[in-house]
Amino acid sequence: MPGFTVVFAQTASSFDVFLTKLIDGLALGSIYAILALGFVIIFKSTQVLSFAHGAVAAVGAYLAAYFVTTINWPGRYFESLPATLSFIISALVAVVVAAGVGMVIERLFIRPMIGEPMFSIAMITIGIDIILRTFVGDLIGQGGVLSVGSPWGILSLSTWSGIIVPHVFIAVIITAIAVVIALILFFRTRIGVAMRATAFDQEAAMAQGISAGKIFALAWALGAVLAAIGGIFSSISPRGFGVTGGTAFFALRAFPAIIIGGLDSIAGAVVGGFVIGVSEIMLGHYLANFSGTLGLGFTGLIPYLLMMGFLLVRPYGLFGTEEIRRV
Amino acid sequence: MRGRPLLYVDYNKEQSLFPTIAQKVLLAIGALIAISVPFGLVPGFKFLASPGWLQLLVIALIFMIGAAGLNIVTGMAGQISLGHAFFMGIGAYTTAALSGSSTEALWGMELPMWFGVIVGGLVAAGLGILIAPTAVRVRGLYLAIVTLGLVFIGQHLFRNWNQVAGIAELGRNWGPFQLSLWDIDGPTLDLATDGEWFGFFLPGQGKAYLFMLVVAALFLLLAKNLARTRIGRSFAAIRDRDIAAEVMGVNEAKAKTQAFAISSFYAGVAGGLYATFLGFLPPEQWSLFLSVQFIAIVLIGGAGTVIGVVLGTLFVQLLPRLVENFTGFLSDQIADGTWLAPIADIVIKTGSGDFGVLSLDAQGAGLSIFQANTVLYGLLIAVFLIFEPLGLYGIWLKVRNYWKGWPFTY
Repeated sequence: MPGFTVVFAQTASSFDVFLTKLIDGLALGSIYAILALGFVIIFKSTQVLSFAHGAVAAVGAYLAAYFVTTINWPGRYFESLPATLSFIISALVAVVVAAGVGMVIERLFIRPMIGEPMFSIAMITIGIDIILRTFVGDLIGQGGVLSVGSPWGILSLSTWSGIIVPHVFIAVIITAIAVVIALILFFRTRIGVAMRATAFDQEAAMAQGISAGKIFALAWALGAVLAAIGGIFSSISPRGFGVTGGTAFFALRAFPAIIIGGLDSIAGAVVGGFVIGVSEIMLGHYLANFSGTLGLGFTGLIPYLLMMGFLLVRPYGLFGTEEIRRV
Repeated sequence: MRGRPLLYVDYNKEQSLFPTIAQKVLLAIGALIAISVPFGLVPGFKFLASPGWLQLLVIALIFMIGAAGLNIVTGMAGQISLGHAFFMGIGAYTTAALSGSSTEALWGMELPMWFGVIVGGLVAAGLGILIAPTAVRVRGLYLAIVTLGLVFIGQHLFRNWNQVAGIAELGRNWGPFQLSLWDIDGPTLDLATDGEWFGFFLPGQGKAYLFMLVVAALFLLLAKNLARTRIGRSFAAIRDRDIAAEVMGVNEAKAKTQAFAISSFYAGVAGGLYATFLGFLPPEQWSLFLSVQFIAIVLIGGAGTVIGVVLGTLFVQLLPRLVENFTGFLSDQIADGTWLAPIADIVIKTGSGDFGVLSLDAQGAGLSIFQANTVLYGLLIAVFLIFEPLGLYGIWLKVRNYWKGWPFTY
């Protein structure tokens, strides 16, 4: 959004720019937090680090874009339906389908690998990632972009005394808060408690009559749902310009978020997501003068560089449990 | 002791590179066949003497060097690295800066290829040493993610450092693929143009093949030998249980640094040779996909074994050609209307309105041949890990052990 920045850089005070960028960063952080939550839920309950997360996000985003743009569903049946509502319905359907994709992945590829080394399973998810990414890339078409539409309008901005905020940013921040609250409530339900018990000690949970297989499937479905939500929001303008081959790579940037938060910490995922999001936007804005030296698109590197520096200081992240190893 | 090939009465003998006579004989036969390929002498392998196949085989040999490098760090030392493409890119661009031709926009010192490739390997090894402390600090999956970040940082660097890598999405030229002592104008061994060697007329790819055969054999032998040295044993100890290894007196930091350095050297050399052989590559070449290709090679072949690297590379590199031939075969079936035509029609997409999984033109729905290969890589990684974690080497072990005791089960 270079044009966007220039407009108010001339008119607004530097503090207003700071606040605008802060909200921008929080919005990006919300997307990262949602994606990171999906990673962590899968990792905590099944001990699998899913490299396929980005691809699942791309699948979700593609499905939403397909419903909204390609076949205009459900908008073509109800002409009076507002675009925003139509988009939300399409997105919900896409998310549900993505949950199914997650469960299929778990059933076909992850279930046979229970008890195998973590590394092998992580490599399998890399295989799944390639497969899904290729199919999505093929469906979008070569070098193509499939728009998700702009449900909250491209230019609908709210202005409070110089702070300019696109409505999408507010929508994604609200979604992130809703997701966090929903998860907190979910982990208090019967199934949620069963999931926590399985994550804590699989055998003990099974001895209590909890079906570990069902919990695994549920965890993957939940992870895929979160991935899809993140993928959809990452392709709405002005954040992204639609679903592209790069959508999956965008979601991979949530890896730094979970590393900073700690691989097995739900709270860490949220904190890590916001840390990465805000610092990416802030550093990107205040280092923009140096983009000649740093190169085009250097903001995409900020999460990875932050992660590398952070790992050397705290190898298990902010809230991650330190691995206790036996000889 | 005759007739009992597995009875060792001498420790040195058991530790030798090829302990049994059968292995020596098989190796000799394999080497003879490999050498004779460009001459088209051995029946059954004559079709390989065409420039197209030789090109494929040269790339396979170069990939073997790279895969042997990844095998050292991942298979032998147990450190998961997704950053292999990054080290290959570093090697390739060091080679380009040293042996490429210079223009106004590009750096190039026009030095001989061997110098560029070796320095490329050394620079990559130096970067590997810089990365190694991270591997000491973080373990397992954390390391995989750090090395994943490395690939993205490398991509950014290559896309933006236009003097070295050329313009993004376009790329640059490398120096000529030839051997010369120092003077680039008068090559001692010209590997790029057609000519006569040993009384046979060879295409340029044939010469390059023979040269790469020697280089790859050297690197693979070194990798195999590494496993039985003190360094190689320390790698295995670190892989199997790093704390226990430290208790036994293996210096963990030192071993991991050595593993990353050696592996990156292999990667750098492979990257330099690959780019020089192809002559022109865009900066996007050194992407995550290349890393995944190498992981696929190591996992499909069998992690930790050098023979697995050879089998895996041949399998992964020849797979695209097989898919291509298979697609051609199926579309011929449709054209001829044989009994296979209905099945082939489902698989192949012929026109724009036709349904099919594979499409012959790159446009529209239906996977192109490249995409089909990508999907196959992914599937093969998953299938091998689920059903045969030891890869092709594991399959070979099973077959061998079955016939060893035949007709008894053990």
